Amino acid sequence: MTNMEKYKEAFKEALEIDDSALTDELAFDSIPEWDSVGHMRLMASIEDAFDIMFETEDIMDFGTFGKGKEILQKYDVEL
Amino acid sequence: MIFDQLEKFGDATALIEESGKVWTFAQLVAEADNIAGYMEKRSVAFLLCCNSASAVTAYVGALRHGVVPLLLNGEVQDDLLEHLLTTYHPKYLWMEVGRKSGNGTVLYSDGNYQLWDTRAEIYPIHDELAVLLSTSGSTGSPKLVRQSYQNIMVNTLSIVKYLSLTSKDRAITTMPMYYTYGLSIIQTQLFAGGSIVLTEASMFARVFWELLKQHEVTNFGGVPYTYEMLKRMRFGRMDLPSLRFITQAGGKLAAGLSAEFAEVCAEKGIEFITMYGACEATARMAYLPWEYAQEKAGSIGIAVPEGRLALTDDSGSEITTSDIDGELIYYGDNVTLGYAECQDDLSKGDENHGVLHTGDIARRDGDGFYYITGRKKRFLKLFGNRVSLDAVEAYLKSQGYLSCACAGVDDKLVVYTTEDINSKELCLSLSEFTHLHSSAFAVVQVEEIPRNSSGKILYDRLKGLGV
Repeated sequence: MTNMEKYKEAFKEALEIDDSALTDELAFDSIPEWDSVGHMRLMASIEDAFDIMFETEDIMDFGTFGKGKEILQKYDVEL
Repeated sequence: MIFDQLEKFGDATALIEESGKVWTFAQLVAEADNIAGYMEKRSVAFLLCCNSASAVTAYVGALRHGVVPLLLNGEVQDDLLEHLLTTYHPKYLWMEVGRKSGNGTVLYSDGNYQLWDTRAEIYPIHDELAVLLSTSGSTGSPKLVRQSYQNIMVNTLSIVKYLSLTSKDRAITTMPMYYTYGLSIIQTQLFAGGSIVLTEASMFARVFWELLKQHEVTNFGGVPYTYEMLKRMRFGRMDLPSLRFITQAGGKLAAGLSAEFAEVCAEKGIEFITMYGACEATARMAYLPWEYAQEKAGSIGIAVPEGRLALTDDSGSEITTSDIDGELIYYGDNVTLGYAECQDDLSKGDENHGVLHTGDIARRDGDGFYYITGRKKRFLKLFGNRVSLDAVEAYLKSQGYLSCACAGVDDKLVVYTTEDINSKELCLSLSEFTHLHSSAFAVVQVEEIPRNSSGKILYDRLKGLGV
């Protein structure tokens, strides 16, 4: 699986949503699945997928699907 | 009544809105009395709440003027609200401007909220009745808990005492105001002359932590799920010098997590206080003094001041020896009057007489500290929300899922079924029904649902077929 596939898979699994929902604009609190419960699952599943541990700041900044890709670069994950 | 003397705090800060707008006690009282001035005493009013000054001022006003508020989720669905309206016929509705309403006239608006007169007749309600709260905010059952003025006063005094709340304390909202724990925090802070930062922001939002730091918040509360969030946010690494204590209630925190927070808080000089309560006991029944947070991690502690805890066996006799499981019984003047399921019930007096059978199974250690070990009644706490398993089963039947049985643990409700069903669809349907995230639900296919000879489902056996 490529990193991009892993990234998408983490979203689909944590938020229980389909591929079609995954655009860069998909944002926290914009869909019922990505509420604070969903956010916690999402952070856990991305950390697991790439074997990283997010800083507090990044958990707060992780506001959209697109922003998340930028944040992952800080952890040397190339998407 | 707890808010009768708020004037005495004068120009001290009472509320801070997310925008930074500050309300002194004098301003809070003036606006509370202003809103209440439009309402007749001993009438029922629905308050559609969010964590805002509009909701708090109306609540304070209602209590000061003998108007009985039912606190509801500000985002309550229209059909559910309609159902409650036809069940309880409130004279007044306090809700956000722009929200659809039925017939009636607007009596007053503060710019954000409007007070509607529904034109319903005022009907007799009991003199002692002070506040109505929903037993389950999430499934929207019309079953309410009736709290008296004395209930609220007794519980408030007791909480202020064991938390040593003073006018220097300042809370930040972390849960909804219509939820008994959230309401209790607002109530006790105001009573003590302290203040509250009002926000709807989640802990995952930067603004929450900015507000906490900027306004030098001294305390907040959280349900188990809040603590899962705090752990993920690396609470241990945060620099929060103003924080004096944090409380945990609304369900049992996993023993490991409880121990972890006890340790982290001890290092940071923050008091970590586990508590136990229920809407039926106004708010709080037990607390674990922070000095014992590490030694007794996982315990709900001891009874709150003026209350008493006991355990009873199956025959109803009190268990006097330690380390034996029994049903947890609470005695105290904060045990609420009883339930209401229809308008006529609001004229009823005290039906509980200061005794609450909690439905929780607990044991007491040799030092007198209580530990919850199980549950007698068929409900789970999902992210702090009490959800009746029987209500979920009934709902599933109504949706055409005929062969389902529900069990599970807190934060994970499991539907066992013999049918070949689309589990994702079912979880989404339950999420819609309970207004909770679909990850709270799971489906397990079983060959048959175990029953005894009389056809009763054997839930204990079901759990063995687990996920």
